[in-house]
Amino acid sequence: MNEQQFLEHVQSGGQVETTDWMPDVYRAKLIKFIEMHGNSELMGVLPEREWILRAPTLQRKLALTAKVQDEVGHSQLIYRVVEDLGKPREQCLDDLISGKAKFHNVFHYPTKTWGDVGVIAWLVDAAAIISQKALLKCSYAPYARIMKKICWEESFHILHGRDVVLTLMNGTDEQSELVQEAVTRWWRPLMQFHGNPIRKDEDPMYVWRIKSQGNEEARQQFLDGYVPQIWELGLTVPDPKLRKNDDGVWEYTEPDWDELRSVVTGHGPRSQDRLDLRRRARESSAWVRSVVLEQAA
Amino acid sequence: MIYEVFRQERKGQPFQHAGSLEAANHDFAESYAKEFYGRRGESQALWVVPREAIIEVEDFVDELNRNYHRVDGYSLKDKLRRARERAGSALVARDR
Repeated sequence: MNEQQFLEHVQSGGQVETTDWMPDVYRAKLIKFIEMHGNSELMGVLPEREWILRAPTLQRKLALTAKVQDEVGHSQLIYRVVEDLGKPREQCLDDLISGKAKFHNVFHYPTKTWGDVGVIAWLVDAAAIISQKALLKCSYAPYARIMKKICWEESFHILHGRDVVLTLMNGTDEQSELVQEAVTRWWRPLMQFHGNPIRKDEDPMYVWRIKSQGNEEARQQFLDGYVPQIWELGLTVPDPKLRKNDDGVWEYTEPDWDELRSVVTGHGPRSQDRLDLRRRARESSAWVRSVVLEQAA
Repeated sequence: MIYEVFRQERKGQPFQHAGSLEAANHDFAESYAKEFYGRRGESQALWVVPREAIIEVEDFVDELNRNYHRVDGYSLKDKLRRARERAGSALVARDR
């Protein structure tokens, strides 16, 4: 098989296994994409972790801890897939901590109140699940298979987030104000989340069928699914241009793509703090790894 | 060591490949597999297998073209048509 035949294979819905031949460029794209996904799961727990000790009830504390455990579990599964493609997990972690590798924009921002925790679990996870569902048909089969489990667990997180948000919206004025402030804070990063509206046939990740939809398609799906849910609670979305046209397409203010680029290259408000925390955690837990490996040997 | 994990969702169903994990030994592999694939009661049972223990077979060469043990070795359509034609004329002959 040559590169052209391989391209035709994946474009007609064909899948590839770890031991199958694949072009180097495809392998490199896969590693880059999947590694960033793994990094995002791992870094994504940090904003929420900050709230475990401050969760308002024991039930919320347990639910949040379980969500954090889920996301770390996802990063383990995902790094395993990257490892089979030729990049060891240790190297992924080195590149993450040194700032060479990226993680999703939404995990570079602070969580100011319990309202942020609800909005993250509801809307950030909703945006993420749209991207992740588009990976269930990924041309690289081992990745598509673990995505089934990941999407299934993400659906609990959305439920948890909606529950937190609805509880606050049924509470005092001050509580619903927390949700409104969080929606306002998270709206811009959420609109940037699915990336710039590059045409899908020019997006290498779509061309190789690593993902099965374009960026704008994902954003439209998010708006269509969630803006009505935000509005029905009496919440306001901070975009005066936001509306659904007669043809069913959502219109919105152009997101700030420079901000997105700057944030994901490590210049977000919490980028460096969180990388520092990850670095310290890795150093302070090194003895655990060495003990485990020694014991097992 | 790398382990492959297969999970059975409900009793009586086939085990399906779920993913792989890296563990220092069988005990760790078992406990990781439980955490990854059984934490919410989503699996009835798991098979955790060292990857190197799996024998993969991918090439199936049919040197003798033994089509007699496959469905494509039997094309009945034309034969059936001719047989029906014959039977049809026989039927007419008997009625006469």
